[in-house]
Amino acid sequence: MSKIKCVLIGSGNIGTDLLYKLKRSDVLDPVWMVGIDPDSEGLARARDMGLKTTAEGVDGVLPHLVADGIQIAFDATSAYVHKENSDKMNAHGVFMVDLTPAAVGPLCVPPVNLDDLSETMNVNMISCAGQATIPIVYGVSRVQGVEYAEIIASLASLSIGPGTRANLDEFTYTTSSAVCEIGGAKKGKALCIINPAEPPMIMRNTIYCLTEGEPDQAKITASLMEMIEKVQQYVPGYRLVNGPVFEGNKVGVFMEVAGLGDYLPTYAGNLDIMTAAAARTAEMYAEKILSGELTLVAEAV
Amino acid sequence: MSKSDLHGRKVICHDMCLRDGMHAKKEQISVEQMRSFAEAMERAGVPMIQVTHGAGLGGNSLQHGFALHSNEEYWDAVAPVLSNTVMSVLLIPGLGTMDELRVAHAHGVGSVHVATHSTEADTSPQHIACGRELGMDTSGFLMMAHLNTASGLAEEAKKMESYGAQTVYVTDSAGYMLPEDVTEYVGALRDTLDDATEIGFHGHNNLGMGIANSIAAVRAGASRIDCSVAGLGAGAGNTPLEAFVAVCDRMGIETGCDMFALMDMAEELVFPMMDHIVRIDRSSLTLGYAGVYSTFLLHANRLGEKYGIPPRDILLELGRKKMIGGQEDMIEDTALSMLKERGDQSAA
Repeated sequence: MSKIKCVLIGSGNIGTDLLYKLKRSDVLDPVWMVGIDPDSEGLARARDMGLKTTAEGVDGVLPHLVADGIQIAFDATSAYVHKENSDKMNAHGVFMVDLTPAAVGPLCVPPVNLDDLSETMNVNMISCAGQATIPIVYGVSRVQGVEYAEIIASLASLSIGPGTRANLDEFTYTTSSAVCEIGGAKKGKALCIINPAEPPMIMRNTIYCLTEGEPDQAKITASLMEMIEKVQQYVPGYRLVNGPVFEGNKVGVFMEVAGLGDYLPTYAGNLDIMTAAAARTAEMYAEKILSGELTLVAEAV
Repeated sequence: MSKSDLHGRKVICHDMCLRDGMHAKKEQISVEQMRSFAEAMERAGVPMIQVTHGAGLGGNSLQHGFALHSNEEYWDAVAPVLSNTVMSVLLIPGLGTMDELRVAHAHGVGSVHVATHSTEADTSPQHIACGRELGMDTSGFLMMAHLNTASGLAEEAKKMESYGAQTVYVTDSAGYMLPEDVTEYVGALRDTLDDATEIGFHGHNNLGMGIANSIAAVRAGASRIDCSVAGLGAGAGNTPLEAFVAVCDRMGIETGCDMFALMDMAEELVFPMMDHIVRIDRSSLTLGYAGVYSTFLLHANRLGEKYGIPPRDILLELGRKKMIGGQEDMIEDTALSMLKERGDQSAA
């Protein structure tokens, strides 16, 4: 089976972890990695793994996109430069999967809404906390109305890069709005805690939903178990630790996410669930391209 | 008795009973109570008082409890009765946001504690800068200080200073530190920070060290001390303000506060409204002994009762797992996991 060729923009933690996942894909073939620092470890690693690299940013790869048949790009840089990166890729008929919090395109949580997103050239992966918690909120809201959902993400200090640290407000806003928009809650709130414990703690997520009326315990539990299994198909370390706990109208679910340990160690499940969701999303588009169901068109360039 | 070496030192007392005290009241303080407390503290010459949800801006949540009123309602009730006393708030990035700080400022709040865990100062640059841009008196607040080394904490404090913090706090959220620890930590900050940067100390009385620690902090160079009338605060409470002022008076440390007015306030306003007597009991003592975040106290007591596990056992386990402020959800999670383990053991 032929594969769809991809470019990774960003050679940091996320880009590197994603590269390992794409290397295992049956339908995706990572060909280029784009960085901005010629001495970057990420670019050196990519070259060792057989990729072509440029340290001249996105402009360094543009002349090669057509010749190398690139059809999907992943942006793991920052929200500030994403729009420009995306416009340039789209102009060359390259589909964009956005791992920054820019949210230029529609928000995507694969087991919830991946099938509904075909009419776009850009999808956004929200945030690690969004990927880890929205399937649970949706698991409740598809059974019974959710007045309010609150998610608490605890992350190992070593797994949080400088970009996220300096922009925690953005992280909480993006995630809480996605809890409503994709999770189906009427109101949403996201809290984030960075814990420096040694050995590092595995990513934990707690999800609370307040249901409209008394929660239907059996139906909600069954729905949650099904959602968890769906996420486990692409994130094997996604695990229910405790719950669901029902107390009045409150449903509490206590999850942990262990990563595959591709690049960062297993405690960094937050990184893993982002890259795995991005890879899963790109695979669905790749399958559509390969079957002829989707044709990407370049603007006149 | 000889004259204290601290005679003539000036200290700004910052009262916490309308913020940390919210924890001890499960966030259920009325606007009328807020206003009467604020009036009494204005009259007693307390220079600064903190007024928000116990977890600060953005605190209203299932995680931290919903307060009786919004922060805006509290500020609007308190601001009109203050003239010399400055109103402050707590802001923990990841929970509260800069938008909420701008709203607080518009409602008359003049000072902010921007709080991070003791090793994570680099989550605060935007929020500290925002406080300064608004013209607020801006402090960095390094929580659970005992989970960092003295030199490590000084490095984090230096970062906060570089973001614009005018004061940096050594925050003993677990009431774990002993006076010699406070001397070492505050001393490390004093050696590292610019002379113009003030140092603060925020204590909890879980080991009965609130006042001794605060005095040690002053001796090592701190000029701002967080206290709370009658100690109303999380765990075994904060350093009791009226007692701290009494000790300062005896030592000749100048606080500008009226000790008799504060003891009357403690007796007549604060004690009568406590739901439980804020004191060193076996749960709060366990916090101090094991280095656990003071706010976990009432959650552990409630969940201990719900699941039939001694709160002390839950708190010790949370300490072992190195859970930090903001991880209140992990209290129920831990209780549930302990219940499973204990069930497995009794079945075996």
